[in-house]
Amino acid sequence: MKNPIENLNKIFDSRIRMGVMSILIVNEEVSFNDLKQMLDVTDGNLASHMVNLEENGYIKVHKGFIGRKTNTTYSITRAGEKAFKDHIEALENMIKGMK
Amino acid sequence: MDSQHPPLETLQDIKRMMERSSRFISLSGWSGVSAGVCALLGAWAAQNRISGYLQAIHGGRGYYEYGTGRFGRTGQLGDSVAILYNDLLVIAGITFLAALISSFLFTLARSRRNGISMWDRTVQRLAWNTILPMVVGGLVILRAMEWGYYELVAPGCLIFYGLALVNASKYTLGEIRYLGYGQLVLGIINLWTGGLGLYFWAAGFGILHIVYGVFMWWKYERQP
Repeated sequence: MKNPIENLNKIFDSRIRMGVMSILIVNEEVSFNDLKQMLDVTDGNLASHMVNLEENGYIKVHKGFIGRKTNTTYSITRAGEKAFKDHIEALENMIKGMK
Repeated sequence: MDSQHPPLETLQDIKRMMERSSRFISLSGWSGVSAGVCALLGAWAAQNRISGYLQAIHGGRGYYEYGTGRFGRTGQLGDSVAILYNDLLVIAGITFLAALISSFLFTLARSRRNGISMWDRTVQRLAWNTILPMVVGGLVILRAMEWGYYELVAPGCLIFYGLALVNASKYTLGEIRYLGYGQLVLGIINLWTGGLGLYFWAAGFGILHIVYGVFMWWKYERQP
């Protein structure tokens, strides 16, 4: 029998990265500050997780300005969507396997 | 996989984040009930005013007089109509404000309890998508009144409010869609039953709100 855990994506082990992906999959574009507020994390903590997701090609970064202040927003990529859906499917299969 | 995050809990977390980030879920059932009670009181006050006016005109008690709010012999029929019109507008305005403020307070209380901010992006989206159809509808109804099409007031309120609710259902707890459908059905029927406007209005804004509010409270807020 295949080990059900091998389909889980290691990148989404972190609750913060999992939270970011959950938010981005249902919202077209979300700003850094909104993510920070919804996930209740600090700037530095969130930033490092965002870099990680970006390096894996799961999210796209858009840098813009509102007046003089920088406004960074994020959106999910095709690859990110697929990876996250696979991850959810793997979790669902684990639950089915346990019954 | 670490044992601290079993798959079922993780999936529930994912679902919660999706909902919390895209919908405003703190709308309280009590808001529906309070809005419905305000609507019923408003409809009752309006009905009193209208029947008082009709009795006066047809029963020969005289006309409404400006300033006194009483009936007298010196007034003109035109004045009576104008005063009735003004009174009904005031009643409508007070009813709307009372419903808005009371339902806002119940929802504010619930979002405080849940520790969710009431000013995040989901609230802004919900507000914009509800207010837009209502403001447009309000303008249409005001113009209809100015042109003398009073029969359109009740169905107009019901239909535009119904559309606003169906639109809002994408941004808050989805069940509000059915409240919207209910308002639309009543509004459309009322397009062909003009004289009964106030009753349809009371059924839609009063009864349906209360039924919806109790259902939502039962489903989401009741402490078992």
